Amino acid sequence: MKELMIGNEALARGLFEGGCRVVSAYPGTPSTEITEYIATYDGIYSEWAPNEKVALEVAFGASLAGARAACAMKHVGLNVAADPLFTLSYTGVTGGLVLCVADDPAMHSSQNEQDSRHYAVAAKVPLLEPADSAECYRFAKEAFALSERFDTPVLLRTCTRIAHSQSLVETGERAEVPLRPYVKNPQKYVMVPGNAKQRHPVVEARMAALAEYAEDCPYNRVERGGSEVGIITAGTCYQYVKEALGETVSVLKLGLIHPLPTKLIRDFAASVRRLVVVEELDGIIEQHCRNLGLSVEGKSLFSPIGEYSQATVRRVFGLPAPASLSVDTPLPVRPPVMCAGCPHRGMFYLLSKLGATVIGDIGCYTLGSQAPLSALDATLCMGASISGLHGFLHADPQVARKTACVIGDSTFMHSGMTGLANIAYNGSAATVIILDNSITGMTGHQHNPTTGYNIKGDPAGKIDLEALCRAMGIRRVRVVDPYQLKETEAVLREELAADEPSVVIARRPCVLLKSVSPKPALRVDPGVCTGCRRCMKIGCPAISMRGDKPKQHSSIDGTLCVGCEVCVQLCAFGAIGKEAQA
Amino acid sequence: MTNVNLMIVGVGGQGSLLASKLLGHLLVREGYDVKVSEVHGMSQRGGSVVTYVRCGTQVCSPLVTEGEADFLVAFEALEGARWVPYLKPGGRLIVSTQQIDPMPVVVGAAAYPDTVLQQLRDRGLSVDALDALSLAERAGSARAANMVLMGRLAHHFHLPAERWLDAMAEVVKPKFLQMNRQAFLSGYHYPDQH
Repeated sequence: MKELMIGNEALARGLFEGGCRVVSAYPGTPSTEITEYIATYDGIYSEWAPNEKVALEVAFGASLAGARAACAMKHVGLNVAADPLFTLSYTGVTGGLVLCVADDPAMHSSQNEQDSRHYAVAAKVPLLEPADSAECYRFAKEAFALSERFDTPVLLRTCTRIAHSQSLVETGERAEVPLRPYVKNPQKYVMVPGNAKQRHPVVEARMAALAEYAEDCPYNRVERGGSEVGIITAGTCYQYVKEALGETVSVLKLGLIHPLPTKLIRDFAASVRRLVVVEELDGIIEQHCRNLGLSVEGKSLFSPIGEYSQATVRRVFGLPAPASLSVDTPLPVRPPVMCAGCPHRGMFYLLSKLGATVIGDIGCYTLGSQAPLSALDATLCMGASISGLHGFLHADPQVARKTACVIGDSTFMHSGMTGLANIAYNGSAATVIILDNSITGMTGHQHNPTTGYNIKGDPAGKIDLEALCRAMGIRRVRVVDPYQLKETEAVLREELAADEPSVVIARRPCVLLKSVSPKPALRVDPGVCTGCRRCMKIGCPAISMRGDKPKQHSSIDGTLCVGCEVCVQLCAFGAIGKEAQA
Repeated sequence: MTNVNLMIVGVGGQGSLLASKLLGHLLVREGYDVKVSEVHGMSQRGGSVVTYVRCGTQVCSPLVTEGEADFLVAFEALEGARWVPYLKPGGRLIVSTQQIDPMPVVVGAAAYPDTVLQQLRDRGLSVDALDALSLAERAGSARAANMVLMGRLAHHFHLPAERWLDAMAEVVKPKFLQMNRQAFLSGYHYPDQH
């Protein structure tokens, strides 16, 4: 029976049926669910690794030992895993190895919209790109055989609209693939220069063989339609082209994006009068066509920015847009916000109050940059808060008493530790604030090495953050509860003033965790409230101003409030109290 | 048949996930080609969220674009207004009258557009507005507002209510089924407005 699945579930199903034995990953939107679905299958070892580099290296080890293995990450995660990837290209594999990478055009939940296809070109490995869930399933299942046949890791690239769209999949049975026996082969696997020099020609020969394979592989196909326009496309763009243009054009639908075929593309180009490439982000297929000397259009028509849709394709080809209704009233935007009761709120309020310059990191707490908290000065990539702060202080040591960084528990384990090692080693009067909400929050609550549980929710090793920081040589390690503003402020003032490195761990679990039960909602006494708006400074979605000016008072939405009492501590008039008291 | 395009919009955390699950399941049961698309992650944190559902003989794009939606089901009034340009002429807006202030309104930088649904009616749009939250509370839980709205959608949709209820029994946990059925039916039988 056909089932509706998101691309990520279909990928997981395909990996499972393809005989995968080991999966390691770090969560990242829109790739996270691949590994979450994998964890529901018996017969596969799965784990959350501290970061993507570790995940790929775990998959490498499993492959070396003869197992079919996979890892999953978002596009920026592949930057972290790039180091093992480039040399894995040289070693090749024993058991098939598949790296699933999900791009995020339009940046629904990312800090950039880089195009992962460049990695396949640069690392000289094949890349498959499915166009719906059925292809996610099939490509993932078959990618292991491709990996083993050509002795190479295989990249399987999706984007948000494939990873998070559901379409029909007909599943099958899991293939029980025995371990390929491990045979010691240092010439292939010990990448010292002497051996690597022998491997590079192997890589080039492999890519030549794959380019040959691309000419008539089962992943590329021509769909003959009108002969005026021929479109080369792949992935989700294929669906937009079919939706907008149907049979009026001929389509070369590519599934193997690297290496690209030569003869197939030349023949297709010769069969149409006008050749257009439709691909989101960069013009990689288009450039290949240019290298073949073909007359082709692509990025002159379609933007390298954001994602497309059938409307984009219609517009470019001059088809009329459907009629639609508009609203005259300007509508206020609805950006994502930190949840009511979010433990990060109190910390950002205090950092803002102290006028601190704050280098931020990647996670829910990036929302601390928004008004009215406006607490962040920079956010770059995973881990950059700590190393960035160190650099900032060495450029201008005078600002140490007014400068700090914030990083989450999971992000600290991912790549913050090395930055802290640098501070402990080279020294700076940095104040590093670890926002420990006991979970990887933004991606939807995945465990990490500090939570004490593994991917299946079973008890696991638990890294003690205080002991870890002390072991690195940080003498000043403080733990605060960010719900307690007075105490937290006192600690922040002391640590910002200290002339040596310090770590402040703000510990309070995410309010969305099932283990956290909300306290009774708070209530504003409108008779006592003076309308001073002090409680509005924390940007809590549960608090708003009610009544007509000038007699406005604040009000708390009882359905949203979880009783964290941060606002209570701000009110100078005692107007906010528990429901029962008021 | 020609494809039917639906959108479910609201505020992150309002329960549109179960609604799209029911809808997707129903349409697969009916033998249609189906695509459902939504964005997870950052947008869940109280932001504006949208789910696209498409069905027919063959569905290519997972997205619905401006002027293409047959039905727009909104869990919140402002979100309903925001996505109205996606409705095709003759399309129908089914909207809960619940209002949730977005942050610009909370901090006083913008006003909640109270009259927007009336504006849309005045311009001839079919607006089916109902207090889904109260109807759900009467059925047993405010969390069942999603099923009230699905019931209302079913009222206008080309499949009989029984098929919806059969599909519901397969996606809702048994202990919540009765309450969800009741919520669904209260939306389904909600009196027509003229």
